[in-house]
Amino acid sequence: MLELKHIHKYYNPGTVNEMCLFQDFNLTIEDGEFVSVVGSNGSGKTSMLNIICGSIPAEGGQICIGGKDISKEKEYQRNRRIGRVYQNPAVGTCPSMTILENMSLADNKGKSYGFGRGTNKARIDYYREQLSQLGLGLEDKMDVKVGVLSGGQRQAMALLMSTMTPIEFLILDEHTAALDPKTAELIMQLTDKIVKEKKLTTIMVTHNLRYAMEYGNRLLMMHQGEAILDKKGEEKYSMSVDDVLKLFNEISIECGN
Amino acid sequence: MDFVISILEQGLIYGILALGVYITYKILDFPDLTVDGSFPLGGAITAYFLTGGMNPYLTLLLAFAAGAVAGICTGLIHVKCRVRDLLSGIIMMTALWTINLYVAGTANVPLFSQQTIFKNDTLSNMIPEGIQAYTTLIIVIVLVVISKILLDLYLETKSGYLLRAVGDNPTLVTSLAKDQGNVKIVGLAIANGLVSLAGSVFCQEERVFEISMGTGAIVIGLASVIIGTSLFKKLTLLKATSAVLIGSVVYKACVAIALRNFEPQAMKLITAVLFLAILVLGMERRKKVKTDAGA
Repeated sequence: MLELKHIHKYYNPGTVNEMCLFQDFNLTIEDGEFVSVVGSNGSGKTSMLNIICGSIPAEGGQICIGGKDISKEKEYQRNRRIGRVYQNPAVGTCPSMTILENMSLADNKGKSYGFGRGTNKARIDYYREQLSQLGLGLEDKMDVKVGVLSGGQRQAMALLMSTMTPIEFLILDEHTAALDPKTAELIMQLTDKIVKEKKLTTIMVTHNLRYAMEYGNRLLMMHQGEAILDKKGEEKYSMSVDDVLKLFNEISIECGN
Repeated sequence: MDFVISILEQGLIYGILALGVYITYKILDFPDLTVDGSFPLGGAITAYFLTGGMNPYLTLLLAFAAGAVAGICTGLIHVKCRVRDLLSGIIMMTALWTINLYVAGTANVPLFSQQTIFKNDTLSNMIPEGIQAYTTLIIVIVLVVISKILLDLYLETKSGYLLRAVGDNPTLVTSLAKDQGNVKIVGLAIANGLVSLAGSVFCQEERVFEISMGTGAIVIGLASVIIGTSLFKKLTLLKATSAVLIGSVVYKACVAIALRNFEPQAMKLITAVLFLAILVLGMERRKKVKTDAGA
């Protein structure tokens, strides 16, 4: 269970540009939930993810995982239990290293990176099998540098790499936004498959309302640092894209967009 | 023939330095000016221990350790005090000038009467008469090959993988639940250890320690790395570390040939022009733009 308790977040504190994003923001995510988060730009979606992961500090409040306060932990420490896929496909992989080396790196997450051999030969077949389920032919290019792959191929790898070792939470930060519609669809299906297989608690930020409706069992709409819509299970399934779009338009008009 | 041997000796000794610069410049993407201080640091340590009568081979290890400490300091300044990478190196380089003077005692320590890795009693009994003239070159080659193989092996370990990842994509290292700062510090330690080792070998070969021996060391290192990696980038079979070593020899050869036709004063100008030519030809100036220079 992930809890955000009384989160306060200001940008540029102490200056004339001070902007309050979160004021007493609370959110609880139960184990096994797949939360889709939508909202206009600047509504606090990505800031929320960054606060959870520790990429940016919050001015006040607590972040708890399973009841344990992790607010003091540094980003890399929190990442032991969190996997994250970014919007930019280049961020999830290492371009100058080969596919095999990237997979080996990811496979070792949570263990120590000592003087043992970087690639465990006995695991190569497992990597190949994992890559082949992507259906992108990457399993035959194990010695190719990741830098020459396309964005979609890299994002598929990033998704695979971030979920390879046991993690508790999967954070998806608009991870299909930089991809063409067909590849985005593929990555989305793959995401759903992995989440269901590994029973991961997932938070997905997206601008694609259809994905938000189609995938996941909880829908959150953010607006000016607040969750203005929060539907779970049956309630969520009974909503249509049009309902969400209508609400989305209302808040947009309110802002003068 | 002597000309060629001298180029090979010098080129390979600076090749060890180039291996260190390869780690910071190519792998870590960290412009590390500590090199100008850690190269003479190796020399100063060597001068201090050789005049104290220590086994010359042992001084090599001590020089490596001292360089590693210097690298760790640069890393700590950069990571913990959040000073820009370039400035962290400059700070350490400046500090090392004084530290080197303290270690060596004076600005100039002749080592003519001391036993060195190239000239000692055991060695003169071991090496047959016929190849005495090549002793220095052989020892240099052995040292270079050992350094290169150890570095290659390290880069294939898990720790080595992480080092390669941190220069390429620091976010990924954080995603793997590792502190990027620590990885950078490890990289700087190994790099400056190698540079200092090169300083020790150089000092023993020249049989003198000079406080100013490190001036321009980074330029030599960078030139070697850039020549090596751009000349041989098409040859995928050749490891980058080998390419860097060849680059170092090529660079020394260029400088030596140029110096034959000019006066010694022209040395630095020739170096600068050569370096510029290499950059332009290697197209290295269009390299990626740094985005996190302030971090």
